[in-house]
Amino acid sequence: MLAQQLINALGLGAVYALFALGFTLVFGILGVINLAHGAVFMLGSYCALLLVTRLAWGILPALAGAMVLCGLLGMLSDWLLLRPLRARNAPHLAPMIATIGLAGILGSIAQAGFGVDTQRFPPGTIPDAVLHLGGAEISWIQFDIIIVAVLLMGGLFVLLERSPLGRQLRAVAESPRHARLLGIRVERVFLLVAALAGALGGAAGVLIGLSFNAISPFMGQPMLHKGIAVIILGGMGDVRGALFGGLFLGLAEVLTVTWWSSDVRDAVAFGLLLLVLVLRPSGLFGRTLIRRA
Amino acid sequence: MPSFPARTFRTWRPLLGALLISTHALSQAAAPITIGAAEALTGPAAQYGVPIRQGFDLAVAEINAAGGVQGHPLQLLVEDEQGKKDQAINVFKKFIFRDRVLMLFGPTLSNSMFAAGPIANAAHVVAFGTSNTATGITDIGPWIFRNSPMEQDVAPVTLAHAASHYQAHKVAFIYGNDDAFTRSAYDVFRMAAGKSGLAVVDTETYAKGDVDFKAQLTKIKGSAPDLVICPCLAEEGANILLQARSLGLRAPFVGGNGFNSPRLFEIAREAAEGTVVGSPWFDGAATPANRKFQDAFRARYQTPPNQFAAQAYDAMQIVAEALRHTTLSGRLEEDRQAVRDALAQVHIEGATGHFEFKRALPVKDQPGGWDAAQKPFIYLVKGGRFTLLP
Repeated sequence: MLAQQLINALGLGAVYALFALGFTLVFGILGVINLAHGAVFMLGSYCALLLVTRLAWGILPALAGAMVLCGLLGMLSDWLLLRPLRARNAPHLAPMIATIGLAGILGSIAQAGFGVDTQRFPPGTIPDAVLHLGGAEISWIQFDIIIVAVLLMGGLFVLLERSPLGRQLRAVAESPRHARLLGIRVERVFLLVAALAGALGGAAGVLIGLSFNAISPFMGQPMLHKGIAVIILGGMGDVRGALFGGLFLGLAEVLTVTWWSSDVRDAVAFGLLLLVLVLRPSGLFGRTLIRRA
Repeated sequence: MPSFPARTFRTWRPLLGALLISTHALSQAAAPITIGAAEALTGPAAQYGVPIRQGFDLAVAEINAAGGVQGHPLQLLVEDEQGKKDQAINVFKKFIFRDRVLMLFGPTLSNSMFAAGPIANAAHVVAFGTSNTATGITDIGPWIFRNSPMEQDVAPVTLAHAASHYQAHKVAFIYGNDDAFTRSAYDVFRMAAGKSGLAVVDTETYAKGDVDFKAQLTKIKGSAPDLVICPCLAEEGANILLQARSLGLRAPFVGGNGFNSPRLFEIAREAAEGTVVGSPWFDGAATPANRKFQDAFRARYQTPPNQFAAQAYDAMQIVAEALRHTTLSGRLEEDRQAVRDALAQVHIEGATGHFEFKRALPVKDQPGGWDAAQKPFIYLVKGGRFTLLP
């Protein structure tokens, strides 16, 4: 049973990590806590669902389609919402409040357009095979989520740390003003990051929608709460932190249920989180990417 | 807005006047009976509130097409209470004091009825819930009615049927412990399990918004129960069933009122096989009233109805029947009282079967309201279909 619970923990942690990747990227580079990330995540799920059910696309093209659409949505929201605020030197909290508004609008649109019923991808969209790993069972899609979360984290890490583009991104994260003086086209970097984060959020929505068969206009909100915990724990803005923070939270939740009781799950999981923060206030990987004042 | 030339207005004025007079005369001939409905039309509870509204609208259309009640058409005002307590209170106040309705339907959730019901009760206006199943709703007072059977009436019957069908001795629970509805359903099932001598081998909980229940289900699997009792809402129920099966937990499930959702079974499909549910309505019940309701609902909405639509439809028929035995005086306070007195006497054959009210027991000498006296249907999901358990 413990083997099964460890697999459960890994699966759950990967889900949190996948969601947190786009979330932490926006924070790290744009310096904005994007509370509309849950709504983008939810719309990603619906995009793929529509592509699969209405246009009879396969799941992989639908995933790509959802990522493109959510990427465009991310760019659009940066262009329409965050750019004017940056241009006017809006106070620190204004962009975050603006994203709450955006989340509300997108949520209402989803409720009006798709209804409030929980929906699922049609059976057979993905093979519903179950893998057996030494007495423990894991569904094929959950296994995929773990792989994808690790690959995406690795890819983002390499992009940020090892590529010329990554250098630009880090420069902007450090100080947009200095980056501009150095000839970096800062607005273009912002747009790119918004698109990337949107696409990541959309991909997370599709994979998690596939895994849990629970697509609804409200699926983003609880995930957002966990996502905030994960990126704070991991170190705000660090992509490795998103992965390890996610795994930490997943492990803490599942092991509390296993060894103690599901009644105290959140109390213990978030208690541990607070403890880690007290010991390491900047989070597990907290360091460079936080913009200095 | 384009400006409206004065000349045009002068030319049309007599006609407008005639129009106003004629509609006025019409309303004099058959003053509509105004009823308010506060239901959750947006938000998570809209999955219950929207079918409820459809059930009301269908019944009103049928009643008015047949000439209304004693020559008066019914007029239903509907407002969205969003499944929130404060909004339900606002809508109730608006209906009672501003629109001056004869009586009220709603709100959708038990939580909201606990908040808004006392306002109707204090104002001496009937508040008629069609979907509130929590214990204690009708303790609010004598102006509170509901045609939804209480979970505490349905759960013991459901569990007894399931235990004898599966010859179960050991049961495990999984439920949401941060929601009034699922908690109250759990309490009721837990008490029923204790009374019928079933051993509870594990109890697991989750929080609202959770999507991954595998840790809890793995633990339940380890305790090897004969039945898993899941007083959950439909959103979580389907997911719990799917994840249980993928983990190799094969024990049959018993659901509460939250499982009364076709949606749940559309999502869970074969994972729901063997599940036992108690419901006030059975779509396969071959009574004329049920057939007529389902045909009319499909014709109007192009989709099959669910339990919530059936209960709302019946509730409107119950009110119409009460109004047929009421002489309205035109004085609002007296009429509100007359409707309440007539409602308590109604019995009809509705889509959900034979219906009448029973008086709730007084609490601390305060008179209670009116609950449903109705036998639930207990069914088993077999071959992807609902079949009645004898």
